[in-house]
Amino acid sequence: MTAITRRTIDDVDWLELDVPGRPVNVIDGSVRSELKELIEQSASDSGVKAIVLVSRKPDNFMAGADVEEFAKLKTRAEALTLVEDGQNLINRFETIGKPIVAAIHGACLGGGLEAALACTTRIGTDHKATRFQFPEVRIGILPAAGGCQRLPRLVGLRSALEMILTGRTHSSKRAAKIRLIDDLVHPAILESVALETARKLIDGWRPKRPRFRPEMVAIDKNQFARKAVLARARTKTLEKTAGNYPAPLAAIDAIGHGLQYGIEAGLAHEAAAFSELAINDGSKNLVRLFFDGTALKKAYGPSDGYPEPRKTSNVGVVGSGFMGSAIAGVVAARAVAEARLRDISVDRLVSGLDAARSIVDSRQEKGALSKHESRYRTFLVSGGVDWAGFGRADLVIEAATEDLETKRAIIPEIESNTKAECVIASNTSTLLIRDIADAATEPHRFLGMHFFSPVEKMNLVEVVPHENTERWVISAAAGFVRSLGKTAVVVADSPGFWVNRILAPYLREAWILLESGADPLELDKEMIEFGFPVGPVTLLDEVGLDVVLESSHALGEAYGERMSPRASLSRLVGDGRLGRKSGRGLFEYRKDKKKRIDKSSMELICDQDSPPPNRTSERLVYAMLNEAAAAFAEGVVGSARDGDMGAILGFGFPPFRGGPLRYIDRIGLSEVIKTLKELSEEFGQRFEPVTNLKQMAELDTKFHQQQL
Amino acid sequence: MSHSRAKHRVAIVAGCRTPFAKSGTSLSHKSAVDLACLAVVELINRSNLDCTNVSQMFFGQVVASPLAPNLAREVSLLPQFPRTIPAITVNAACASANQAIVLGHDQIVQGQADVVVAGGAESLSDIPILHSKRLSQMLVKMSRSKTALEKAKLISSFQPRDVLPITPTISEPSTGETMGEAAERMAKVNGISREDQDRFALRSHRLAAAAMRNGKFATDIAPLLEQGAQGPVVTDNGIRPDTSLEGLARLEPVFDKKHGTVTAGTSSPLTDGAGAVLLMSEEKAISLGYEPLAFVKSYSFVAIDPGDQSLMGPAFAIPQALERAGVAWSEIGLVEMHEAFAAQVLSNINAIESKQWAQDNLGAAERIGEVDWENLNPMGGSIALGHPFGATGARMTLMLATEMKRRDVQFGLLTTCAQGGMGFAMILERS
Repeated sequence: MTAITRRTIDDVDWLELDVPGRPVNVIDGSVRSELKELIEQSASDSGVKAIVLVSRKPDNFMAGADVEEFAKLKTRAEALTLVEDGQNLINRFETIGKPIVAAIHGACLGGGLEAALACTTRIGTDHKATRFQFPEVRIGILPAAGGCQRLPRLVGLRSALEMILTGRTHSSKRAAKIRLIDDLVHPAILESVALETARKLIDGWRPKRPRFRPEMVAIDKNQFARKAVLARARTKTLEKTAGNYPAPLAAIDAIGHGLQYGIEAGLAHEAAAFSELAINDGSKNLVRLFFDGTALKKAYGPSDGYPEPRKTSNVGVVGSGFMGSAIAGVVAARAVAEARLRDISVDRLVSGLDAARSIVDSRQEKGALSKHESRYRTFLVSGGVDWAGFGRADLVIEAATEDLETKRAIIPEIESNTKAECVIASNTSTLLIRDIADAATEPHRFLGMHFFSPVEKMNLVEVVPHENTERWVISAAAGFVRSLGKTAVVVADSPGFWVNRILAPYLREAWILLESGADPLELDKEMIEFGFPVGPVTLLDEVGLDVVLESSHALGEAYGERMSPRASLSRLVGDGRLGRKSGRGLFEYRKDKKKRIDKSSMELICDQDSPPPNRTSERLVYAMLNEAAAAFAEGVVGSARDGDMGAILGFGFPPFRGGPLRYIDRIGLSEVIKTLKELSEEFGQRFEPVTNLKQMAELDTKFHQQQL
Repeated sequence: MSHSRAKHRVAIVAGCRTPFAKSGTSLSHKSAVDLACLAVVELINRSNLDCTNVSQMFFGQVVASPLAPNLAREVSLLPQFPRTIPAITVNAACASANQAIVLGHDQIVQGQADVVVAGGAESLSDIPILHSKRLSQMLVKMSRSKTALEKAKLISSFQPRDVLPITPTISEPSTGETMGEAAERMAKVNGISREDQDRFALRSHRLAAAAMRNGKFATDIAPLLEQGAQGPVVTDNGIRPDTSLEGLARLEPVFDKKHGTVTAGTSSPLTDGAGAVLLMSEEKAISLGYEPLAFVKSYSFVAIDPGDQSLMGPAFAIPQALERAGVAWSEIGLVEMHEAFAAQVLSNINAIESKQWAQDNLGAAERIGEVDWENLNPMGGSIALGHPFGATGARMTLMLATEMKRRDVQFGLLTTCAQGGMGFAMILERS
């Protein structure tokens, strides 16, 4: 089977891409060699005067290189061969001496975009499927088939940096604005315009690009300005990544090098950087996450064999507080489904509806929705003080206050106001689903769903079936989460589920360190350097100390001393110091937004008798790793993949480390056990390695079957 | 959908309306489309409607926005509905929503539709402002002119008065008479005293206030649940429970300052609001498990010379609707009559009760009947509740059907006058 068809019509060659057996045009080794052969044929055919590159896939131009291919790379030499192969092919576009038109409809990504950049001109369709992106840095590499060279030369340094460093998608309209494409046309006339353009190119016409755009003269061609812009990009990137992500820095260097020493030197630089990055752990982990994320999007249960989810087009939400209203908002904004809020208080209902609608509006403000779409989507949100509309719901999410009796009283009410095939879910983080479920008359259609706050930003939902939840109910819930653009991880009905359970010992350890006089800013800094988006002390204040206290009561009861609440935590909560929301906690919250330690809180916490803090980073991380191993052994998550994804999406475990379980695998079980034993001896029993780790070490197994 | 030739009986299954708010007050920031959408979204939810069942939509609107001339289509494009529901906006002045409901009714009767959403909306806070015809012509010429000299000539002919805005008034284009002037004339011709008019307005406010107090409107009203600048809007704001005969008597006549009797207090106020009812064929309602509020028995549209007593339409439409229904006046247990002006209501009642009038105008031997005041607008009417032109018909249909069910009345009548000498009457029946 061939991936590319060459059709010669008069003096124009049409190279039509349609990679067999794939929904999109992925460019692997065999496609590359096919393309190379065809380009050479067109080059040597004297009857051919121009080439048009076009896709036959619906809504996809080229999805770029095959990620599987470089996931397999083991050595620098292998990586270098791969990238040079790609570079040679794409460079050839410019040297065959015949104009090439890229006629782009659908996604044009990564290597596909690099190919398009080497064409003489690019025509894009004004369709929403047509978008341009360099996703490379998101998987720990850089555009290395000339992307770092040709993009800045075409669109200018600043636009190129923005596109390559963020990996953000550009619509075709935006692409036209920055002159990434030369023409923007309706899909219906793409090919006729492409042909017309090819003819003009044959006659010597070239797309008009202003030679001296002021920005390009001022920055790109001015050594000093250019260096300043690159240095600034570097500083900003370092700030954002705490130095944990080498890929964007490598891209900045490759761009700078190329602009300084010319395109050839730049290409060599790109290739060298790629071959370094592609084989290191960080990139391997990110690639693995990319695959896991894709797989999880198709998984509707903790294991295979769950039915295809039923469509959820109408969602009832009970309780229009902070969580309930945010859930209603994302239902309308993301899933384009109806959201009916119920609350017994009209005041709360009104503010809840306003909050939900503002989530829809914020999507418009970000440019993700047109004004018209946004206006209509706000009409998907409605509410009342009674059960009106609940008979239409496919899913009802109970988001009342976190109180067992309240929730138990509401579930039967929901049951009697919904149709029999409506799924009922409780949103809870601390209660056990089975305790709520036994108040249900029809427990088979009931389960837990743990949304994380803020709902519009957090991309994880824990789906928590209890013993009698039917399979179709689980997949319906997981499918619904997917329709919100979020990831569902099915977890067992045990205290703290997965995310909060493994987070708890980490936060508790941070507290113990504060008690022994550790500097909060220092603790935060260490964990940010480890790769967390925020440090543990800031996280405590953000979550709210009262929430932490309440959950540690429940967790302490279930898991004993290693989770139990610290006395000084109760003291702070008792004093009304609840964190950011109360205006004071571990930090002070003043108008100037400068981060200041709340010294009086520290005095309340500090225990003069405890030993001075040391091995702080290890203590924090290993408390979490040990708990992750224990929870995994108990079957809280169905697979190591789910566990790692949950930790990464749930509280920002550093993605480049692959997740807590992958991280243990990487360090090595015996090494982890050794460290835990040392910590246990020095700081207490809570670090004693869990049985599971020891057993696994004896059997020489790992959490992940598939290694990097 | 059934395409059989048999005629289908049409059920009024449910309905919803926004609160009615005096123009320029709590709903002034909403367009008529917004108001209609609010009513319909709530209607869907309260009636547990499966939106894929809806086959057509009809809405009434009198003062349409040039930006959304087909309001009904905007409503049927709500994301709750499939995008394939044809929707038509109609204008029959104050009977617009009645016309919309009747169109839906006819489609169902003929088997062309089995579920219809019909109603009306009006925002008199958001009306198009017109400018002079001279300015329009000048702008058109300007766009066609080719040379700078031509343009300069046109500009030099411009006069400041050309941009003075013209607010559309509710008057008869054929006679230039406003509705208020028509009511004033009717009061004089029919000898309706100022005191009777004030008394009627007082009655409207008192009954509406009592009904509101007793929660009778709550089931019909789709509240606007937004904080905004105004706060949530949950109830009608035109009802004045504390109004008194003395207070009403103190008001100056508006339309004839010297000899007139019609005041702002005895007229329906300019109002913003929307309402919609859910219509189904009886078979469809049964198969979907609905218990209808009432069924449509008959209706009648009439028109008389607007140069005569232009708001006398009801007195002409009622006997026709009764005859078509085969129902006697005495069998009607509840009457919902649009209160444009107290003078218009009382003129029509005089006619209904007058043998002479029936002989002169209908060629009938007997009068239409005697009005039972207990059963006439028992929850007040447009004078107290307000009158969003396009929506009033939906409000009346919904209120009549709901109250018929509450009282378990066999036959109910609604009737309204409309600009252009038009009149409308509809008979509803229970089971």
